[in-house]
Amino acid sequence: MTMELLAIDLMLGLEKLLLIGAIISFSLLVAMYTTYAERKIAAWMQDRRGPNRAGPFGLLQPAADGLKLFFKEEIIPLSSNKILFVLGPALAMITAMLTSAVIPWGGTIEVFGKQVSLQIADVNIGILYVFGVVSLGVYGIMIGGWSSNNKFSLIAAVRGASQIISYELAMGLSLIALLMMTGTLSLKTIVAQQMEGGWNIIYQPLGFLIFLICVFAECNRTPFDLPEAENELNFGYHQEYSSMKLGLYLFAEYVNMFISSAVMATLFFGGYDIPFVDETQLVSTLGPNLVALLGFVALFSKILFFLFLFIWVRWTIPRFRYDQLMDLGWKKLIPLALANMIITAIVMLWLNK
Amino acid sequence: MELLTKRAKVLEQKPMSFMEKLYLPAILKGMAITLGHMFRKKATIHYPEEKRPFSPVFRGLHVLNRDEEGRENCTACGLCAVACPAEAITMEAAERQSNEEHLYREEKYAAKYEINMLRCIFCGLCEEACPKDAIYLSETFAPSNFTRKGFVYAKEELLIPNPKTDKEKYEQAKGLRAAQTKNN
Repeated sequence: MTMELLAIDLMLGLEKLLLIGAIISFSLLVAMYTTYAERKIAAWMQDRRGPNRAGPFGLLQPAADGLKLFFKEEIIPLSSNKILFVLGPALAMITAMLTSAVIPWGGTIEVFGKQVSLQIADVNIGILYVFGVVSLGVYGIMIGGWSSNNKFSLIAAVRGASQIISYELAMGLSLIALLMMTGTLSLKTIVAQQMEGGWNIIYQPLGFLIFLICVFAECNRTPFDLPEAENELNFGYHQEYSSMKLGLYLFAEYVNMFISSAVMATLFFGGYDIPFVDETQLVSTLGPNLVALLGFVALFSKILFFLFLFIWVRWTIPRFRYDQLMDLGWKKLIPLALANMIITAIVMLWLNK
Repeated sequence: MELLTKRAKVLEQKPMSFMEKLYLPAILKGMAITLGHMFRKKATIHYPEEKRPFSPVFRGLHVLNRDEEGRENCTACGLCAVACPAEAITMEAAERQSNEEHLYREEKYAAKYEINMLRCIFCGLCEEACPKDAIYLSETFAPSNFTRKGFVYAKEELLIPNPKTDKEKYEQAKGLRAAQTKNN
């Protein structure tokens, strides 16, 4: 009896391990090619051509960039706090990856007659977990900036920390309205609800807008890229970093972008829901595996759209001044999110009557 | 106060309207502009694969010319070296032997002819000075090199391909410029 239980657990462990490996390598791959897309799209928007020398269409460019970073000399400043200096980029990367655990990447597939869910952990407080891990992301910036023992890095770290903390409030408040409607914190259930009752963006456009702006701020992307403002702080919190430690920081930004795009797609755009198609009918004709694959493709195309949006906005809007940033966060977005919450509550009560 | 010019404009600074305060319409407008630029035709030319044609008056690398029978035109008179403001040209003359009449057009020829491409300013004065149509500037430029010595071009590098044995390459090296600058 005990042996049997152990065997089942081992199978589950193996299954989850494989899923984790697949998702992590997939997000790293996507992050790699997001750097390529960023350079290419930036070039096109500025009437240039972008990287096109490494491989066909420059497709090997991210590999070349990564190799370059690996072969660079690793410098740890003498006056830095060495343990924290190494910990910073590792933490940035780990927190960026951790969020992917609760995102449902697709429906369930059947492998050797076994139902396998394409979600690492269907925790019932999924969104809270996302918020918790995203808040931890500040530590990567804070620790890296502080331990570098450099004034610019420190200023950038303080900026980053206060920015992320400020925008987390509005982010949380904008989601409360959504959670009041769904009545659950589990991302899988939220997606299932959207499959039946339409995407949340229809009911919460304002909430989505606030959430989107806050996600931009959380990812330190333009117009909120104050922590790494090149022309003010000449590189921000990763100024003292070199070689692959710098690479990890830069990479973490793209992984963050990818994961937050996935969160946005899951919360507001139906996750792995294929638009205008009834999945339960499709399963009976195509089989569960193919439908799960199609669902993943649907989720991925939504993610790609958001990634493009990130890049598109970056090459359009200039950076906010610091006081404007705080003004927007505290005086505009938080009241707006509160108003959105109250309006949602009133409408819900009114409809119930 | 009297204005110095009448060009000064008084800037009107009204407080922003509600739509302007929202910022989002302006941001969307900007994003439309950047998206439009994405699909514009790019001005860049893919250099090594694709080369821009030079203008007909382009002055590039020197070529030592031959006549129709493949004989060298140069008589080592030294006028080009005298005309050269950068003093890039060196030469040594030699007398043509009786069995060399198929090689050199005149009785005297340049045994050594060197142009230092690092000194040369590609002004084309040598071309103008030459009485024998022996030197002119072509439509190519000096390729990069690892050493300074590599930029001192000797006769082998400067001579045009023989029109009798290699007509096609001769025409290519000659280009359009030779006909325009013919002055003998």
